[in-house]
Amino acid sequence: MELPELGPLWLSLQLAAAATAVLIVLGTPLAWWLARTRSRIKPVIEAVTALPLVLPPTVLGFYLLLLMSPRSWLGGLWVEITDTTLTFSFMGLLVASVVYSLPFMVQPLQAAFESLGRGPLEAAAALRASPIDAFLTVAAPLSLRGFLTAAVLTFAHTIGEFGVVLMVGGNIPGKTRVISIAIYEHVETLRYAEAHTLAAVLMLFAFAVLVFVYVFNRRLPVHVA
Amino acid sequence: MSPDRVANGIGVAGSAAGAGPGAPPETEALLEIDVRVEYDGFDLQVEQSIPASGVTAVFGPSGSGKTTLLRTLLGFEALSRGRIALDGDVWLDTEGGVAAPPHRRPVGCTFQDGRLFPHLDVAGNLRYAERRSGTKVAASIAQEDVVDALDLGPLLDRRPQTLSGGERQRAALGRALLSRPRLLLLDEPLSALDRQRKEEILPYLLALHPRFGIPTLYVSHAVDEVALLADRILVLAEGRVQTFGGTVEVLEHLDLTSLTERFQAAAVLEAGVEAHDGEYRLTWLDLDGQRLSVPRIEHLAVGESARLLVRSRDVSLATERPSPTSIRNVLSGVLVALDQDESTAFAEATVDLGSHRLRARITRASAVELGLAVGLPVFALLKSVSLDTRAGR
Repeated sequence: MELPELGPLWLSLQLAAAATAVLIVLGTPLAWWLARTRSRIKPVIEAVTALPLVLPPTVLGFYLLLLMSPRSWLGGLWVEITDTTLTFSFMGLLVASVVYSLPFMVQPLQAAFESLGRGPLEAAAALRASPIDAFLTVAAPLSLRGFLTAAVLTFAHTIGEFGVVLMVGGNIPGKTRVISIAIYEHVETLRYAEAHTLAAVLMLFAFAVLVFVYVFNRRLPVHVA
Repeated sequence: MSPDRVANGIGVAGSAAGAGPGAPPETEALLEIDVRVEYDGFDLQVEQSIPASGVTAVFGPSGSGKTTLLRTLLGFEALSRGRIALDGDVWLDTEGGVAAPPHRRPVGCTFQDGRLFPHLDVAGNLRYAERRSGTKVAASIAQEDVVDALDLGPLLDRRPQTLSGGERQRAALGRALLSRPRLLLLDEPLSALDRQRKEEILPYLLALHPRFGIPTLYVSHAVDEVALLADRILVLAEGRVQTFGGTVEVLEHLDLTSLTERFQAAAVLEAGVEAHDGEYRLTWLDLDGQRLSVPRIEHLAVGESARLLVRSRDVSLATERPSPTSIRNVLSGVLVALDQDESTAFAEATVDLGSHRLRARITRASAVELGLAVGLPVFALLKSVSLDTRAGR
């Protein structure tokens, strides 16, 4: 049996890792703000954050495609700066993935931060820890499970995305052909053996990741409020 | 504002502390509080300057605003208005636009629920405080001293989840001390503990102030804790200061029963140790020339003074010296007040013993049968006496 090209798998892994990293940086402050704010616009921001959960990926992909096209302000700016287009590129996929997976990062983190309550942070403040200090040394370590859950969900969700990627990135081998699209194409062209192999690889990978998460989660110290 | 307010609250209650840090300093530093906190259905308004020395109890029933006052001092009540200053350093001045955030206020505190960091062991919790202690105002507080004073040695590598309630409070006290605060706030450190654990922790609390000398506000709704620990008392009721003054005077004059049913009026007596009796394991005390015997107080030497708490419900009255009874302590005095509560069966009698006053809760019927009247010589029978167990005082 002929082994299928594994390039799409590596591309998917790179994309998922990059999207997860970007979302940890962007999603953490947003989740922290959502967990602590009493602002009246909180529900609006929460709704915007959750939008990718309910929108058909093609709708999200369509708007992202419009936004990234060289004729839009964002796409135009990108072309001016980098001399490449955002659409049908890895960077475009990354931007799309970050938007698409945002709720998978923000929601578990927000829940973890909310479950902390005000106790540990007040205790830290009373010990003269500044808010950033208290976040890094108390809130973040106590929310380790939240971070792990959020990162794994984001990573796995990005690996599995299809509709948005197809709309924004198309199907360019080595550039935008991620594993889900490769499987789709193999099926379309009736190359079931290759489709099978890639699908099986993805299955095993997802299973291994989940087992790792559950084992690791159990080993984390139990935090009793 | 308050009839019992005294200029220098240290006076009487501080005498038991000897010449330790409880003695009044030359120019007295003050914690100035003039704050108002209002939110749904609650309104706290406190205007009171408190000497920044010794132990001041913030006393009152649940819902009286004790914890809100503490949180205001800590900077956790965003809605607080007014002014707070410690020894001239302004932490809050709404009109002047000053509101120091909590982490800029040199306050150490313990919470009712401990709030140790669960991801750190006890040593880690102590280190957390020490690393951020910043100001070297009280840099004399060394980790070894704190560990020693609170017996934290065996707990250092334990996680908070594995500690008992009492151990947790001890560790939290240690952590608060190691933040080297200029003011220590203790929010009902004993309230979550059962009786046995309370008695375990109390000696540590008593030893804390003499050893480290950090001005302390001790929030409590338990009159016995307050009587034993505090040099002076700030009584809060429904968000207002009801009384502020020395522990002995406040407890003597305050109608504690009026604060809530749960409170028991009590008197604090200070008596000198006269002798120890080895055979019966008793200690003889001298109270204004009258003798008292109590279960032996091991840590006090002859000549030192002990603080006693006598609840009014533990005092009976007689008009003649009673024939031998199992009650060992009978004090003679003069009835100086008799307050009858027409809505209950009870009356409260105040007996003057010389320099101390006792209060007795008796039934109105017995007051009539005994023919009690103000000015009458009476004998007070003490069924039980609580002792201040403060070590080394």
